[in-house]
Amino acid sequence: MITFDRVSKRYAEGHEALREVSVELGRDELVFLTGHSGAGKSTLLRLIMLIERPTRGQIIIDGENLAKVKARGIPRHRRNIGVVFQNHQLLFDRTVFDNVALPLVIAGYEHREIGRRVRAALDKVGLLARERALPITLSGGEQQRVGIARAVVAKPRILLADEPTGNLDPALSAEIMQLFEAFNQVGVTVVIASHDLALISRLRHRILTLREGRLVSSGG
Amino acid sequence: MISGRNKKHSAAGVRREGASASGISLRQRYNGWLAHHRQSASDSLERIFNAPVSSVLTWLVIGIALALPAALEVGLSNARQISDGWNSPAQLSLFMKDSVTAVQTETLREELLARPDIAEVIHISRDEALREFTALSGFADVLDSLEQNPLPNLLLVTPVSGANQSMTLHAELAADPRVAEAVMDMAWLQRLNNLMELGQRLVLALGGILVAGVVLILGNTIRLAIESRREEIVIVKLVGGSNAFVRRPFLYTGLWYGVGGGFFAALLVATALWFLGAPVADLAQSYQSTFRLGGLGIMGSLNLVILGGLLGLTGAWLAVSRHLGSIAPR
Repeated sequence: MITFDRVSKRYAEGHEALREVSVELGRDELVFLTGHSGAGKSTLLRLIMLIERPTRGQIIIDGENLAKVKARGIPRHRRNIGVVFQNHQLLFDRTVFDNVALPLVIAGYEHREIGRRVRAALDKVGLLARERALPITLSGGEQQRVGIARAVVAKPRILLADEPTGNLDPALSAEIMQLFEAFNQVGVTVVIASHDLALISRLRHRILTLREGRLVSSGG
Repeated sequence: MISGRNKKHSAAGVRREGASASGISLRQRYNGWLAHHRQSASDSLERIFNAPVSSVLTWLVIGIALALPAALEVGLSNARQISDGWNSPAQLSLFMKDSVTAVQTETLREELLARPDIAEVIHISRDEALREFTALSGFADVLDSLEQNPLPNLLLVTPVSGANQSMTLHAELAADPRVAEAVMDMAWLQRLNNLMELGQRLVLALGGILVAGVVLILGNTIRLAIESRREEIVIVKLVGGSNAFVRRPFLYTGLWYGVGGGFFAALLVATALWFLGAPVADLAQSYQSTFRLGGLGIMGSLNLVILGGLLGLTGAWLAVSRHLGSIAPR
């Protein structure tokens, strides 16, 4: 599903974020990406989302070489990927419903279909009752679940999460991870960047470890 | 799955469809697109009304900038309407040669009256003229002392109104052997026309400058709106919003500012005309004229609103294409 072939990323200021990373992630896989901060976890996710372009090497997603995706094609590419951010990235002047509906509005779904899908997604993350609430009135864990609902509402093939449990206590973190596992079970490729080793080592999934931009372990 | 959008892949059949897969039909996408237009339009209008003071100020600035050239144009078209009535000279004065007698002058008068391009000919004999001149000038003593009437016989010729050939008529009449001089007072009319031309240019130049100003003001207003929604733009781009999608609400904001500005401009011009209407009517009355100030009219006002809208869109487009590209997920 996602193939990295000797991918290097050097930022303009000279920092080498990724060095010769080669890895293949299959469909239906849930993969943890770990390493110290600055090891290149975020860069790897950003390359998949085309926020950044690799300096060398190739990234192939679902048979498509990302080097061939031009600037115009980036929005379409991102619509096939759900992303969960550590800081949630919610619109604080919109309701929970509107936040979750955003990817569907962008994709051009009809009003009724949007309502149906948003409620289904909110139901999955257990926030159906809060659809009219503003995100600011929610707890950190609830905000994160709104972010997850938004990431999965358009049924993407790939779900990326950058430190999704970064600010949550262990019980909430485990709950969030269970959500990701549930999505993985219905056929979504899930990549989760996390440095919470205690949590992810319990979950029996493949773990990719990055150190100073190099992939030092890709087993699990 | 949302793979229906990706033609290349779905056509090749590469992509696996999930259990709840549903592609988006073209019709659905069109409806969604339409819905987003509606949403953007109403959202941006709501934002404008949510900040009433600054919005009204923006509208007024645009309104004043548009009202100035519009009012000048209205004034000019009123002046044109007045001067149109003078465009063919009201009269030609034909001064007879000294040798031409009053009877001969009367014959010429009848000849001229027979012409289709002449409406009226008044004969003022030299005696009549002298009497009138004596009475009006106050030079009675001087004139009495003259041995002989110095004034010629005079024909006042009024061409058929609307006749454009007054120059030809003038040349023809001047060529008549009985006529010493044919005088057509065109110089002032020429000057008036020059003035009108100057006014027209002024309106154009001023209009051009102020229109450019309006575009810049709106561009700046939209730039501020973009800045204040920077985070939202980043998020929308992160979840796959195209540039057109991000642009849409700002273009509508520009449109509403422009339309509102055009409306205020029309209102300002109408108010100014109403304010000037009574004194102008009084003035016209004193000249025995029934002239009334003409306004923008419904169409003119509508044009002003449409112009405002177009300028708003242009300004928003400039701001958006200049600033939106630089806002990208980091």
